[in-house]
Amino acid sequence: MPALSLGQAGPYVAGAYLAFLGLILVYVAIMAGRLSRLERELERLAALARRVGGEPPEEETGP
Amino acid sequence: MYGRGLRPLAIVTLVVLIGGLAMAFFYAPVDADQGVIQKIFYIHVPMAIVALCGFVAGGVMGAAHLSSGDRRWDLRSYVAIHLSLIMGVGVLVTGSIWARAAWGHWWVWQEPTLVSFLVVFLLYATYQPLRFSIEDPHRQARYASAFAIIAGAFVPLNFVAVRLAQPLTHPRVLSSTGNLPGEFGVTFLVCLAGVALLFATLWKYEMASKHAAEQLRALRSRLAEAEAPGPPPRRAVPAGVGGPVS
Repeated sequence: MPALSLGQAGPYVAGAYLAFLGLILVYVAIMAGRLSRLERELERLAALARRVGGEPPEEETGP
Repeated sequence: MYGRGLRPLAIVTLVVLIGGLAMAFFYAPVDADQGVIQKIFYIHVPMAIVALCGFVAGGVMGAAHLSSGDRRWDLRSYVAIHLSLIMGVGVLVTGSIWARAAWGHWWVWQEPTLVSFLVVFLLYATYQPLRFSIEDPHRQARYASAFAIIAGAFVPLNFVAVRLAQPLTHPRVLSSTGNLPGEFGVTFLVCLAGVALLFATLWKYEMASKHAAEQLRALRSRLAEAEAPGPPPRRAVPAGVGGPVS
């Protein structure tokens, strides 16, 4: 097949690079979801640790 | 543990990857034969190389697990294979896009390079179902490591077989050094380094996440044990106080 012109080949090249980028973004999004689950779990454990230690619940503080 | 050095690694990865992609578009000349469509080569081939190396690395880590009995090696092997599978999806998608533009077909079943990669990909696609069909964690780790070793040994054999086979249409770009002259070769190597660094970064990232999850699980079970009501504590009861009424 003869080489495609820039106008014809452009969408294919853009599609391939977007697929690559999309794959990384989906992976990072899934990992971010897991990270937020870990954070929630950590909060639950912190509350449990306070209960076991007989400490009062921690108040929400600013950043 | 695994999160140490992740930030500088991520920064280096980003710089090399963006630099490589910029070189692909602004430094490497347009291929005289294929035209602009050849630019896909700069992500497709590095992803294929890194994915295949990741599968082999998963096998080596599986062997380390079986020889040492250290289950951390199994986790490392699992993450390497998982990431290689993701890269494999990228290889198949970008390769199909390139094939459609270059050959006019999304897939050519007669081409040994394409079919062999698909065979490897499908082989590894059975890794996770196999692994998670076994409930006992020790058996699961042993079987998964055995799979990783056998499949990992199959990858280079498969690669050599494809190289020996007669190509139909897929270019053999790395069969000699003359195939990638000057700017093409430099750009390709930078992109390859970028994708390899991306793999290493994501591997460390996932390992850090899994390690943290494991530590949280252990902490939860320890705290649950501490919270659970144990046998009632023995109290010294003074004679005549609270004793049975006779």
